[in-house]
Amino acid sequence: MKGFFDDPRLYQILTLSGLLAFGWAARAFNINPVHFGAVILTACVAQALGSFMIATKPDLKSPLITALSLTLLLRADSAWPLMAAAAIAIGSKFMLRLNGKHIFNPANIGIVAMVVMTDAAWTTPGQWGTAIWFAALLAGAGLFVTYRAARFDVPLIFLGSYAILLFGRAIWLGDPLAIPMLRLENGALILFAFFMISDPKTTPDGAAARAAFAGGAALLAYFLTFHFYLADGLFYALAIISMIRPLFEWFNPAQHYQWGDPVTRPKILRRFMPPVKTPAHAAPAE
Amino acid sequence: MNRSLKKTLFAAASAIAAITVTGGAVAFCGFYVAKADTKLFNKASKVAIMRDEDRTVITMANDFQGDLAEFAMVIPVPVVLEEEQIHVTENAILDHLDAYTSPRLVEYFDEDPCVMYERREMMAMAAPAMDEVTVTGSKKDSLGVTIEAQYTVGEYDILILSAEQSDGLSTWLKQNGYKLPDGAEETLGSYIKQGTKFFVAKVNLEEQAQTNLKYLRPLQIAFESPKFMLPIRLGTLNADGKQELFVFTLTRKGRVETTNYRTVKLPSNMDVPVYIKSQFGDFYKSMFEQQVVKENERAVFLEYAWDMNWCDPCAADPLSQNELRELGVYWTGGDQPGILPRRPTPPAQDVFVTRLHVSYDAAHFPEDLMFKETGDRSNFQGRYVLRHPYKGDAKCDAAENYRAELPKRFEKEAQALANLTGWDIDDIREKMNDAGQSFEEPKKDSWWKRLWGTDDKEG
Repeated sequence: MKGFFDDPRLYQILTLSGLLAFGWAARAFNINPVHFGAVILTACVAQALGSFMIATKPDLKSPLITALSLTLLLRADSAWPLMAAAAIAIGSKFMLRLNGKHIFNPANIGIVAMVVMTDAAWTTPGQWGTAIWFAALLAGAGLFVTYRAARFDVPLIFLGSYAILLFGRAIWLGDPLAIPMLRLENGALILFAFFMISDPKTTPDGAAARAAFAGGAALLAYFLTFHFYLADGLFYALAIISMIRPLFEWFNPAQHYQWGDPVTRPKILRRFMPPVKTPAHAAPAE
Repeated sequence: MNRSLKKTLFAAASAIAAITVTGGAVAFCGFYVAKADTKLFNKASKVAIMRDEDRTVITMANDFQGDLAEFAMVIPVPVVLEEEQIHVTENAILDHLDAYTSPRLVEYFDEDPCVMYERREMMAMAAPAMDEVTVTGSKKDSLGVTIEAQYTVGEYDILILSAEQSDGLSTWLKQNGYKLPDGAEETLGSYIKQGTKFFVAKVNLEEQAQTNLKYLRPLQIAFESPKFMLPIRLGTLNADGKQELFVFTLTRKGRVETTNYRTVKLPSNMDVPVYIKSQFGDFYKSMFEQQVVKENERAVFLEYAWDMNWCDPCAADPLSQNELRELGVYWTGGDQPGILPRRPTPPAQDVFVTRLHVSYDAAHFPEDLMFKETGDRSNFQGRYVLRHPYKGDAKCDAAENYRAELPKRFEKEAQALANLTGWDIDDIREKMNDAGQSFEEPKKDSWWKRLWGTDDKEG
């Protein structure tokens, strides 16, 4: 039997809900409860429909995480762009597949699709106050500590690479280091690192490939933000690198992750994190 | 059972209907009562930015007060500008934009509580003042610095410079008589490495004399660049203390916000004591300063976000198509004289205006302001409400209740004001008392008097 918290998604749902409540209470996010409900409903219905089509039992944990992520990161004046984002997000899991895995992180592709295709939805990268940034960091760190078993080397590598690039740029330009610090103190960035790009279902399974994936995403995000001046560079970077993920996997093949599995880690991180217990279930379903 | 359920459903449905009705336009424009002092903020600059895709027009107001021969400003620009890309416009247009977007005071008069409520509205506005960031000097030549172009536009002599080294540029500027603040070299170096050019403007005294104006007109530049930003770093260097900046953006899709700093809505739609009417300027200034501190001095404030077709209440009429074209809104027709309507009419100009207000210094705003246009077209305005109590001699149960409620309402207003501005609450209460907003509970009739009534009421 699996323990209650063996599945990191439960922890994610709790922390994302907590962040949302905090952001809402601190009035940092202008969230309409009706929109929120509509996004949850759309995501769950889409998941149920998709599961029905491929004749599997619907699990509502994933669509709930997607709905929470969308509510935290995407804004709109009306409900429909958010519902469309949720439908695209969940739909992509069933329709856009390669190597037996879905290509895109659901919330990520939902955001990118709506931002690229319409003007009706937008992200608000600058609207996280320091308090919420700190809360997001704590939540992310908590996730990391609790589930070091799962593949949370991704946020470390991503954030580390991104920070090196930002500080490198500041040093090259002769800028005060307050500038890269300001850029790193961004709640959306922290949320992206701990709750989006780290999704074990859409990161490569091999440890080396995963490190390259996270580092590559950071490099891409940096170029899109600072050389192409795209305010949503972070989200585009993940969508683009997800499309070439099969290449990483081809060089470094490994068994597909199932929720609750422990995973392999790059050697450098293994020193800090001892090996973990055996898989909670005997064999992967796929 | 079934009946009660039906009733509930009906009640719920009508509640939604009510929300929809009041959520729509309960629009009526008030009329103008007073204008607050326009010199509210010292060292403030006003900048209007038209932005559509990569197309950008920046209009910089110029409130330079000193000797015109001493005036000079250095602005980082993303590209080398041709002469046709530089323009001089009229102060009045920016002043109009400022007035149209200003926080406003709205006045309501309580009607006789014994009669049906009716409302009237008046308003006042506060317009801030501005001051351009300046570096003084004159010019010469050379030192690894390339003069890309040199023009005279209106009363300004303009140089477009590019440089390879920051020390070369700073030496060149110093040799040419520009006083550079400490730390300028590092900042210039950062801009140079990012491929930035420099726009240096000085006053051409002969041309200026020909304008017959006592002031300098706003300079405008038009260019295409993927960067949607406003350079503020050079301005933080020579400033003693904080600087005020008002940014007005004119866009097509919707509201503009900063991506590297929080954009926070200024508290709005509060009931404030009636004596504020004569001190609206002070109120706005104190409130703004208080909010800046509340947000740890790191926030940009949203003061207005509205479709340019209308306003409610209007602090000033919306800008005409000609004025908008002058500010760079190239997609409007222009040439149609007359005042635009104050109410929602068929969308004519497709212009969304955002007013941002920031009080900045290098410690809290190390990086330039980076902007982003969102799809948000919801309206926002800084609006503060005065509610004059009914002074007439009303005698009915409703009037008694109304009077009994007043002290509580005044107390709420006093607390809201103290909270918004950081002013002393006892001071506020005293001023409210002087203005006729008394906190004393009205004497209540005894219960038997209310039971059997008095002489002038029926028994």
